[in-house]
Amino acid sequence: MADGVLGHLPPSALELAYLVAAIFFIQGLRDMTHPRTATRGNLTSSGGMFLAVVATVLYFEILSPALLAVSLLIGGAVGTWLAVSVETTEMPQLVGLFNGFGGGASTLVAGAELVDATGGGLGLELTTTAAIAGIVGTVTFFGSLVAAGKLHGLVGDSPIEGRTNQILQVVFFAGAVLAGLFLMVQTGLLGEAPLAGWLPAYWVLVAAAAIFGILLVYPIGGADMPVVIALLNSMSGLAAATTGFVLDNTALIVAGTLVGAAGLILTFIMCESMNRTLTNVLFGSMAEGSDEDMEDIYEGNITETSPEEVEMMLDAAERVVIVPGYGMAVAQAQHAVAELADLLEENGVDVEFGIHPVAGRMPGHMNALLAEADVDYEKMRELEQVNPTFSQTDVVIITGANDVVNPSAKEDEGSPIAGMPVLEVWEARSVIVNKRSLSPGFSGIPNPLFANDNTSMLFGDAKQSMQDLVDAYNENH
Amino acid sequence: MSLVTNLTLFVLAAFLGYEIITKIPTNLHTPLMSGANAISGITLIGSVLVAGSGETTLATVLGVLAVVMATINVVGGYLVSHFMLSQFNRGGR
Repeated sequence: MADGVLGHLPPSALELAYLVAAIFFIQGLRDMTHPRTATRGNLTSSGGMFLAVVATVLYFEILSPALLAVSLLIGGAVGTWLAVSVETTEMPQLVGLFNGFGGGASTLVAGAELVDATGGGLGLELTTTAAIAGIVGTVTFFGSLVAAGKLHGLVGDSPIEGRTNQILQVVFFAGAVLAGLFLMVQTGLLGEAPLAGWLPAYWVLVAAAAIFGILLVYPIGGADMPVVIALLNSMSGLAAATTGFVLDNTALIVAGTLVGAAGLILTFIMCESMNRTLTNVLFGSMAEGSDEDMEDIYEGNITETSPEEVEMMLDAAERVVIVPGYGMAVAQAQHAVAELADLLEENGVDVEFGIHPVAGRMPGHMNALLAEADVDYEKMRELEQVNPTFSQTDVVIITGANDVVNPSAKEDEGSPIAGMPVLEVWEARSVIVNKRSLSPGFSGIPNPLFANDNTSMLFGDAKQSMQDLVDAYNENH
Repeated sequence: MSLVTNLTLFVLAAFLGYEIITKIPTNLHTPLMSGANAISGITLIGSVLVAGSGETTLATVLGVLAVVMATINVVGGYLVSHFMLSQFNRGGR
């Protein structure tokens, strides 16, 4: 097979090229630990990818170079087009979609390897790893399609609870595993004899895993998407790693595993930030809250404010913290928010952003949006950093966030979100909540913060309200 | 190479990944994810092999589809990360 341009070199030459590529990937990820070096890291990593692909193409004999070139060009063009044309606000679904493509490709490669190997007989190692790669890759692909569909508003994103769905999940997952076992047992029983009849088992496995992937992601609500996207990211890496076992290819194993670890860490950070387990996010439902009447909590305790009033408060403030949530992303208010922060800074106010890890629909979502609006990353503060500072803060402006600033998480042990780390905004002197209405957040529970004495509600769309604030501020300065 | 050697690589890479990724700040989690996403497109080299050297038509067709999907993943993932990271560095007008 090794009859490419460089095919006369020993196999260790190719292995060396893969080692260099692996070093590029690792160094690239290491550079991601700081915004200043991260761009370089991303380039290093892409250099590693380029090297690995070119080395592979040159080493092995390519029977149909034209076909390969055309498919590379199509993929490259589509990838570029998607990356260039997609708005920052649509980033979560795009990242979700890319995850899916990686997983799907792994499934197909494992399948193709089985098809080609049938002629020469299948080893148990090959069928086992192909079965795993097939399941992981297929679940990633179809799960990602559903997740991207939800994020894009094509599939309903409210959480669905139901026993039926859980039973169906078990049935189809078991079906995929059984098909995989069948594939393996056949190999074990029949040794290395070629038998094309085994192959349908792999496609049965793929079909069952596809339905399982859809059933797995379909019932999960929009606010849990950061966990799902991170998990699918991890799985796309693991699919590549298992495909590496199928092909006996070290580059796939190392790179795929690095991604698997990265995604898994993000998954657990997201779960911790909601004080929930992964199982609970995937299969459980939010605990039922006490049936407190929202009207009772809010009745007579809601203070409504206007942009002009807020402007006066800001005028007297020395320190302001802005807390963004998914509402800011939906309204695309990041530029107006950034403009307001700039104005305040110009007038000597100390402005920071308090960002909850699960605000938005993917890890780091708020940070990416604010970066797009030219906010300095030094101003974006994590929960642990910003919480101790609220008591010295004059005004907190919450725009489009709800559950992540709900004091029930700390004060009400019976609350469905009890124990979830939240931004303790109520410690500040005044709190402005910008929301369209008093409707509850994802958890479906009322937020006592809105009824606090030092809280004022600025009702309205995030973008419009922030723009009104900017205008009111400009008029008086 | 033996299965055990491959498993060794897998385990060591997992630990290495854990050590590196835990040091990445929340700020960069989105670009990290799309960058890592692009790395998972490494499955492209497997796709290239089956697309370019498939012995049967079915294998070649599967390979071609895999190449297209993996290339979208690689090219799109790196580009999206690049755009996002350049926004981070532009920050602070």
